[in-house]
Amino acid sequence: MTTQTRVRKMTDFAFYLLGFLLLAFVLLTLLILILDFAKTGIPRLSWDFLTHFPSRFPDRAGILSAWVGSLCVMMATAACAIPLGVAAGIYLEEYAPKNWLTTLFELNIINLAGIPSITFGLMALGLFVYKLDLGRSILTAGLTLGLLVLPIMIVTTREALRTIPVSIREAAYALGCSKWQLVWDHLLPYSMGGILTGVIISLSRAIGETAPLITIGALTFIAFLPTSPVQGQWPYVNFQWLHDSFTVLPIQMFNWISRPQEEFHVNAAATGVVLLAMTLVMNLGAILLRQRFRKKIKW
Amino acid sequence: MLKDLTSARHPARRMRRLKEKLIEGALFLCAASSVFVTLAIVVILVSESIPFFKEVSLKQFLTDTQWTPLFTDAHFGILPLLSGTLMTTLIAVLFSIPVGTIIASLMSEYLRPGLRDWTKPALELLAAIPTVVYGYFALLFVTPFLQKIFPNISGFNVLSAGLVMGIMIVPYVSSLAEDAMRAVPQHLREGSYALGASKMQTAFRVVIPSALSGITSAYILGISRALGETMIVAIAAGLQPSLTMNPLQPSETMTAFIVQVSLGDLPQGSIGFRSIYVVGLSLLIMTFFFNILGFWFRKRYREVGG
Repeated sequence: MTTQTRVRKMTDFAFYLLGFLLLAFVLLTLLILILDFAKTGIPRLSWDFLTHFPSRFPDRAGILSAWVGSLCVMMATAACAIPLGVAAGIYLEEYAPKNWLTTLFELNIINLAGIPSITFGLMALGLFVYKLDLGRSILTAGLTLGLLVLPIMIVTTREALRTIPVSIREAAYALGCSKWQLVWDHLLPYSMGGILTGVIISLSRAIGETAPLITIGALTFIAFLPTSPVQGQWPYVNFQWLHDSFTVLPIQMFNWISRPQEEFHVNAAATGVVLLAMTLVMNLGAILLRQRFRKKIKW
Repeated sequence: MLKDLTSARHPARRMRRLKEKLIEGALFLCAASSVFVTLAIVVILVSESIPFFKEVSLKQFLTDTQWTPLFTDAHFGILPLLSGTLMTTLIAVLFSIPVGTIIASLMSEYLRPGLRDWTKPALELLAAIPTVVYGYFALLFVTPFLQKIFPNISGFNVLSAGLVMGIMIVPYVSSLAEDAMRAVPQHLREGSYALGASKMQTAFRVVIPSALSGITSAYILGISRALGETMIVAIAAGLQPSLTMNPLQPSETMTAFIVQVSLGDLPQGSIGFRSIYVVGLSLLIMTFFFNILGFWFRKRYREVGG
């Protein structure tokens, strides 16, 4: 081996090593972050912490209103983003003609995905809170986050539809299916795995969003729960909860971080553990789901 | 009978055609809704900003070196907020671009496919973690750690926020850059190996140049993320607007200012409250510019890759 070759092989190995170390460093930071939260937060987690309202006294404070609020906002977000996103995805992938309007839609979705989330919050404050007078409610929050994750829903729906081979479509048309019958009876069921992955990723993004909800004026101290969606007498369901004020887990956590007392920081860490657990579980679920569907389906 | 049913004028056929048209129309409206979102953002931000610029001249907004909308002696110069935003972005980008590029080359050129299938989602978990969690980490873990290295660093500082933001952005850069590098045709690599080049030489002289427009659009996405990131900087970089270039000092960003005012109790319609729309509009213009640039690069990369 000449010296030149040896030097080249050594630089190559050094680069490989550098890449590996950087990858390890970044993944290790993720691990340290999780462990740091676990160490500070888990001892504080208890049944009481999950079932108490926030309080001036750090040891009596809990996250009941925050996690119920997060749950309600997630339901409103899903109700807004899933139908809208799936329908828009179907239109763009199956129906849209190739013209300037479709190009405009596609460009707009890419652009929308890159807009800072806080500008969605400012738009929602101006439009939903002041112009449409929906209040600083769960409905406003759900609409805001729903529109925020709309690009993710559209893109994943389109990707799921794109993996279905043309032969399925041709077979359906050959049997006399209309376009909608093809979409409803064939394309949607086959792309369910991909769409579900998109739903999980969208909701995991929405559950951690803080800035747009602060902008629309979500409260930081809430000692009551939204109205129950189920009631004793006819019509048994009640949509009043959509109009209630709310707080969510990340805002509660932000509020506790901003306080000077050490004890509140521990509360923030415990809230962080809950948030982290939720996002990690959702994302791992999405990864597994994606790999399972990729393996299972062989056209 | 059968002949009737297949006729295009049969009522059942007509109903079906009508239903199909209605469904297509509804789907079209859903797709169009995304355009309305963009329009709503632009219209709201612009219409709320116009009254602001009736009181404050554009020249003052762009050149005044003080941002004190909450004081009685109010100054509205965007520069201090802009410097906070640019500094945190710069630190984040200086970290995430080299690290993201090297990791992307590792994943695309060196790792076995089996290993790659796990590292990529694992890295992407970094982008999924709520930013408020990162903010806590920056303020209460990274800053105390940096205090051991720089004893005079302040409790809120730009460096720690920027670094944590850099970690968060690594997967945005590495995933897209890796996609672009893997789209480079295999025969280019084989040609390079046949000439005796090592993997590293192939990566730097063949693969990266061929995938450059895709990689650039990954960088631009990273920059655009960093500009708009809110919670990390609001928690860890402080809430005092200051025109400083020292990363060890606190400095408020544009996004953090919007959060600060939203949490306060300024009356709606006052000029201080309106200023958040103006700051939001400035932010939108900046990211819009980067988005277009990124799109332009991506389009070029598709042409090269295809």
